[in-house]
Amino acid sequence: MENSPNEETSNFCSIIKNIIGKDVIDSKIDFEQFQVTVPAKQIYEVLTSLHSNSSFCFDQLIDITAIDFPDLSPRFEIVYLLLSTSTNKRLIVKIKVDEGELVRSCENIYKSANWSEREIWDMFGIFFSGHPDLRRLLTDYGFEGHPLRKDFPLTGRVQVKYDVDQNRVVYEPVKLIQEYRDFDFLSPWETSFGEIEKNEDSESDQS
Amino acid sequence: MSETEIKPITMNFGPQHPAAHGVLRLVFEMDGEVIKRADPHIGLLHRGTEKLIENKTYLQALPYFDRLDYVSPMNQEHAWALSVERLLNIQVPRRGQYIRVLFCELGRILNHILNLTAFALDVGAMTPLLWGFEEREILLSFYERASGARFHAAYFRPGGVHQDIPEELLEDIMKWLNEFPSFINDLETLLTANRIFKQRTVDVGVVSKEDALNLGFSGPPLRASGHVWDLRKEQPYDVYPEMNFDIPVGKTGDCYARYLVRVEEMRQSCRIIEQCIKEIPKGKVLSNDAKMVPPSRKDMKGSMEALIQHFKLYTEGVHVPPAETYTAVEAPKGEFGVFLVSDGSNKPYRAKLRAPGFQFLAATEHMCKGHMLADAVAVIGSMDLVFGEIDR
Repeated sequence: MENSPNEETSNFCSIIKNIIGKDVIDSKIDFEQFQVTVPAKQIYEVLTSLHSNSSFCFDQLIDITAIDFPDLSPRFEIVYLLLSTSTNKRLIVKIKVDEGELVRSCENIYKSANWSEREIWDMFGIFFSGHPDLRRLLTDYGFEGHPLRKDFPLTGRVQVKYDVDQNRVVYEPVKLIQEYRDFDFLSPWETSFGEIEKNEDSESDQS
Repeated sequence: MSETEIKPITMNFGPQHPAAHGVLRLVFEMDGEVIKRADPHIGLLHRGTEKLIENKTYLQALPYFDRLDYVSPMNQEHAWALSVERLLNIQVPRRGQYIRVLFCELGRILNHILNLTAFALDVGAMTPLLWGFEEREILLSFYERASGARFHAAYFRPGGVHQDIPEELLEDIMKWLNEFPSFINDLETLLTANRIFKQRTVDVGVVSKEDALNLGFSGPPLRASGHVWDLRKEQPYDVYPEMNFDIPVGKTGDCYARYLVRVEEMRQSCRIIEQCIKEIPKGKVLSNDAKMVPPSRKDMKGSMEALIQHFKLYTEGVHVPPAETYTAVEAPKGEFGVFLVSDGSNKPYRAKLRAPGFQFLAATEHMCKGHMLADAVAVIGSMDLVFGEIDR
């Protein structure tokens, strides 16, 4: 697959930019897929215009998802995957939001956003305003924390078991019998080369 | 006669109900026998697949895809293999592509047999399920002969498929293919014109074309609502562009239409399988791109470099350049997609799995509202829900 856009893709890009108008912050083409970034406050208006446009109607919201970048500010990227079945085009719309920031729910425009937004609230703790029923979706009743954040441990925080004496299921903090094995694969040779050079430098300084 | 006011009652359905297809818990608000609200509670099978994938290499993440929709495992793997191939820019040899398409269509039949017959069982017909499992067992033996496992195959790899299929397998599939249409016909004599089956399914859970699009439907439920949309035709991958097949489309968007669409899809899958067997070329099944694909066993016996290459691929894995892609395949249930974000390391930064069943279940209330309680069972049966992929 080529990464350079062909004529059709660039045509499509300019049409999309026209529809969204001045709200485009950033745009790029990755693997023939067009991505636009818009301001978080404008997402409802942008999706409305994409949904109701007569020539390029994006009639399906395939999914909404989020990506967590703990070191960046704003911390989260929310990704809207749109599909136009009439013109057979996909579009990725992105917004950037910080922790605690409200995002306007697009459940009015696309019904399929209902559970996708609930899932994001559950997994990332991003709050959607105007959502009719923003409860946790996939995690346990009474669960605490947001599992897909990068600072949430892979093993979780609680474990459950059936307690024979108490005759019920009990929750307790996670106890790992064996420590989780996490290997560092980030180019061990390169790092050690770097360290050797540093060591040599310091040695030469000393001598 | 004085009017008495009936207070709506809340009723719990599942998660251990045989018609709940796994671990679905539904909370209904009922007005007598009529459903006013339906609130599915999911997550009882949530295993955190997306979180696990973030902590595994690209190859180690693959077996998780068998465990999503465990009724048609290889179709899920296909989406992952395609998305990693796209990020690494790997080309798959022709024979590998044919084998993938062949096994995807076997997976589609595998899925539809289970769904249709279990659906029939939900609405009161027991025989189809018993017949269907016989056919499924034959298909699973084909899976086993290709990959070594009946369900958790881990057969499709980025770059092709893991190993070539045994020589006699294609002949045996062809033999089975000649007999299979008579099974579909038998199934249809039991159900298609069956009075009880039609009473339970016709005009139940109707979804209009506009609603289906808005609710994020894909696959057979979207086509049953009258929308012509199949990713195998619209955004084809592997050798699908060369295959001749038709897309069955329903008219009414009810449970019966969804049944009919799936029955016809099985026939179309047979056509694709036949073409695959006839046209499959000789050659390699796995790309020889050393970036992602391990060296052959034979090379490893004699070459130190090959041994190191193999060791590095299976411990460290491959470093994927930073990029983002959304790749979707037409899984038997609908559009199964992977939104994959790589950051240049050997592990995916984020992988979002888009499961078709997730949106179907989200629409339960839309479809069940105003229907009787027994109709909810028919609606759930016709949506083809598998909790492995919904809960992830």
